[in-house]
Amino acid sequence: MPEEIVFCKGGGCTAKLGPGILASVLQKLPKGLDPQLLVGFDSSDDAAVYKLTDDLAVVQTLDFFPPMVDDPYTFGQIAATNALSDIYAMGGQVKTALNIVCFPEKMELNVLGEIMRGGNEKVQEAGGILVGGHSIADSDVKYGLSVMGIIHPDKIYKNNACQAGDQLLLTKPLGVGIVCTAQRVGACSNDAMELAIRSMTTLNKYAAEIIGKYHVHACTDVTGFSLLGHLQEMLGAGLGVELDSLQVPYIPQAVHYANEFYLTAAAQRNRNHVGNRVDFRKVPFAMEEILFDPQTSGGLLVSLPPEEAELALVEIKALGLPCGLVGTVTQKADNRIIVR
Amino acid sequence: MQETLDARGKACPIPVVETKKVLATLNVGDSVEVAVDNFIAVQNLSKMAAQKHFQVFSEKKAENDYLVTLTVTGTSSKESAEKTVRISDSSVDKTVVVLSSDKMGEGDEKLGRILMKGFIYALTEQEQLPETILLYNNGAKLSVEGADSLADFKLLESQGVEIMTCGTCLNHYGLTEKLGVGSVTNMYVIAEKQMQATKIVKP
Repeated sequence: MPEEIVFCKGGGCTAKLGPGILASVLQKLPKGLDPQLLVGFDSSDDAAVYKLTDDLAVVQTLDFFPPMVDDPYTFGQIAATNALSDIYAMGGQVKTALNIVCFPEKMELNVLGEIMRGGNEKVQEAGGILVGGHSIADSDVKYGLSVMGIIHPDKIYKNNACQAGDQLLLTKPLGVGIVCTAQRVGACSNDAMELAIRSMTTLNKYAAEIIGKYHVHACTDVTGFSLLGHLQEMLGAGLGVELDSLQVPYIPQAVHYANEFYLTAAAQRNRNHVGNRVDFRKVPFAMEEILFDPQTSGGLLVSLPPEEAELALVEIKALGLPCGLVGTVTQKADNRIIVR
Repeated sequence: MQETLDARGKACPIPVVETKKVLATLNVGDSVEVAVDNFIAVQNLSKMAAQKHFQVFSEKKAENDYLVTLTVTGTSSKESAEKTVRISDSSVDKTVVVLSSDKMGEGDEKLGRILMKGFIYALTEQEQLPETILLYNNGAKLSVEGADSLADFKLLESQGVEIMTCGTCLNHYGLTEKLGVGSVTNMYVIAEKQMQATKIVKP
């Protein structure tokens, strides 16, 4: 079907603008001065939080992107799962969602119907309700959601409040970007794509429910800026990280595809942005690429006290996706990430 | 010989994938000039060149117009060359890797499993691959459907490594139907392979 080729040009979170460019533009915007705004864009956090009363705040987020898979229904599910994830990364509960749609007028309307069906199913699974949306005629397909959730103002997961000694829990496998790229050049195995889709369509809701029982020091979701990019944002002053590459969960075939150089431009942008803060100690090339690989609808990256991290890992494992305790937060003045 | 490739207007990874195809047809001393329209593609081509030991030179001709020249050197590992070298190496040097457990070393079981997974992955990254990998007793649990290292074994097999799992062991653990890679073998072959090996690696 010719429409399919047009439908998927390689998207997902690989289509994000590079972190470097974005920071330079955002710096020039005046920061909001409203004291009720608890989390704004100045801290590069996952979603904005605005306090309404002493025990209630709203969490707001927006995410949309072009298709990274050929099937419209699956794409809808992935885009919605990805957009909803930011609410979970803050520790909130999903309430309402609005569709954001760009769609070519000449494309078959059933395709759009399938995308929205997939998206709506995930909103419902999240316990939320779809309340409207906005559609634009455009040359390429893009879809996503604007999501509103609620949270207690004292129970927000900051993304940059790690403590020395914490263990870092990653709840989904890496390599989704590499696998989708291999798929685009027709070199991907069904097993690899199946695992990537299962991972991308798994709501972070379930992982969030588990970690909610522990003392979460910091939490973010791993998306376009890669594990290393998002990890770098988590490190406050005077902290470093030691990553253990043997513990990093990934889609097994991604190693092979990375060695075949099925690599995205976004991965190289991530390397350019944070590479100078990362020391690779005898790590194979393919593992470096997996750590810089942009993820679509990636897992939660959670900083927990070590004794709790072990317990949380056992519970997260039961959700059925590759996961792991990938590293330790260390007392390092230079903010470096060491990968062994 | 000097080839040219115009990869302008093509998104990553297409420039790298197409360049690799051209390089596979070239001999030592030959080169390919690749035109690309963004610096990220230059970086991705340079990264590939560094990994495969091609000589690389890039220049910016104009805004959004770059020329990357890759030259095949004596140490370059092209797809085709790579395979021949590995197969001929292994016929002289019969290294056999013996995995008799699904864990590496004595101690904590969970750690042992992680170490074994890491060892098998590290094998895939070796310059010189073993001729044969033998799996028996608990080792037979490593080569079945759903095992963590299955993809690594498949990669090794695709590069000419012989992967043999003990049939008695698969049967004993009820895994006969689940073998995911390589072939089933018996004790005669397991004994023979080890007797004829020039080196046995037993992690």
